[in-house]
Amino acid sequence: MALLEVEEVFVRFGGVTAVAGVSFAVDDRQICGLIGPNGAGKTTLFNVISGIYRPTEGRVRFAGQVVTGQPRHRMAPLGLGRTFQNLALFRSMTVRENVLAGAHSAGHAGFLANALRLPAARREDAAAAGRAAQLLAMLELEAVADVPVADLSFGTQKRVEMARALICGPKLLLLDEPAGGLNHGEVDGLAELLRDIRARFDLAILLVEHHMNLVMRVSDKVVALDFGRKIADGTPEEVRSDPEVIRAYLGDGGSHAHAA
Amino acid sequence: MSAAEQTAAVPLRRPETTVAGWQRAALLLAGLALAILPAFLLESFQLFQLTMAVIMALAVLGLNIVTGYNGQISLGHGAFFAVGAYVTAILMSHLDWSFWATLPVSAVVCGLVGYGVGFPALRLGGLYLALTTFSLAVAVPQILKHKAIEDWTGGVQGLFLVKPDPPSWAPFDPDQWMYLVAVLVSAACFLLAWNLIRGRIGRALMAIRDHPTAAEAMGMDIATLKTRAFATSAMITGIAGSLSAVAVEFVAPDSFTFALSISLFVGMVVGGVASILGSLFGGLFVLFVPNIAETVSKAAPGVIYGIILIGFLFILPDGFAGLLRRLYARARRGAG
Repeated sequence: MALLEVEEVFVRFGGVTAVAGVSFAVDDRQICGLIGPNGAGKTTLFNVISGIYRPTEGRVRFAGQVVTGQPRHRMAPLGLGRTFQNLALFRSMTVRENVLAGAHSAGHAGFLANALRLPAARREDAAAAGRAAQLLAMLELEAVADVPVADLSFGTQKRVEMARALICGPKLLLLDEPAGGLNHGEVDGLAELLRDIRARFDLAILLVEHHMNLVMRVSDKVVALDFGRKIADGTPEEVRSDPEVIRAYLGDGGSHAHAA
Repeated sequence: MSAAEQTAAVPLRRPETTVAGWQRAALLLAGLALAILPAFLLESFQLFQLTMAVIMALAVLGLNIVTGYNGQISLGHGAFFAVGAYVTAILMSHLDWSFWATLPVSAVVCGLVGYGVGFPALRLGGLYLALTTFSLAVAVPQILKHKAIEDWTGGVQGLFLVKPDPPSWAPFDPDQWMYLVAVLVSAACFLLAWNLIRGRIGRALMAIRDHPTAAEAMGMDIATLKTRAFATSAMITGIAGSLSAVAVEFVAPDSFTFALSISLFVGMVVGGVASILGSLFGGLFVLFVPNIAETVSKAAPGVIYGIILIGFLFILPDGFAGLLRRLYARARRGAG
């Protein structure tokens, strides 16, 4: 059984069909790239998987359980971590506090237990602080740990989001355009980081990305969308040489080649 | 600033920022001693005023939990203050309860009322919530005057009650004892609020304020957290109301007008939005600055108050807490 199963998902906004019957699966420990030209429905599909949108038809299973229609805050405890396309950090909080906020679903202590600092609350806090320290070290955020996130560069903030998504030990990490806004060197670093994360945290990654080079380099499997339909699904080599993918990216005239 | 520059500017191994347990305990004791001292130094009326300032600080703290930390604007916290005051007054004057016994009841009643208000608050964001809570603040004094409950509330006349008696072993007069009671109850609430805010729940409240979508993706149940934040906030402000009832020895609907809610809001902004310690300063400000204004001009104290307020916000736009933060940062840089 695959970790994530997307089954015949349709999303319609009024008369527009953004996603038209897409199915694919992501296995444990697999890095899957979701690609497609602008407007192909990648982000819509991403939002369906992360629970932001409810599909018009079809469903998503995660670890064997149907998750479509679940309240949004139930996704993280199931083992679904995510980052956002445009940064979505808690701006007034420091780097460390942001990462600790990511550990929310690992804890249970409520208002009373926290106000009284009951042993359970202390234990949870200590455990979260320990994991946060490890992640800050791994993502080279130690030096800025106690700086408000709003003061940091874009690339650094992206690493904070990654740490925040990882602290709960997700089984699947959803990354929405992680390379967006990064320079060449930073993209190289990201490719390495993604493989490193998979190895260390024993998780699968679903990557929605414009940056073809990155997707082809790190993915075990690539799913290509165009006009809301799945046009290819396979290894990076298979997808890269698929005639429909080439047509979608290069156009019939083949005038602007942005597929690397 | 890029990450590389940050790395260069800050030493990689920073000194431990957490204070050792015994240091924290010593600091707490010193603070408590400092807070108790005025009971033996001030005249009766000044001590009463300081008592009221401490009570206002506690009420501001309550407002800060829901508005400062959780971003839900309430212009009606005077209503919870009134409910707390009346619960204590009714139990003491009709049923002869001791003040201490009324505190938990007042906390529970205000918590429930706050929880109830929290529900519509889920659907009403920002300015709409401000208006809804505003109407609550306007309605409560009128409800308290209503004929149907006049037997309990005393109607327009209000209710008289007496300060809690100092224990026989203690060499305090009732005013000193009242001050100490206010300080102890408030200190306990401040400590609990501090614990709450620096832990898992506090981070969740701030996360929801800063970015609700991301907060949900982290597994935070916004509806539950927001309503509970409202309940907690109302509970704290209600306890302040209970204290005020016995400190003044009298409750009446007109003590809890809409102006009280605005006072609390002013106290929160002046003290520092989303600051525990700032709430303390906010309480002192809203109690003493109107008096100062009155001594400057008997004819137009409101104008003087307004000028002081604007001047204060001009000099310290992020409140008293912002000043403290800057001083602290400077001291740390100086030390490092």
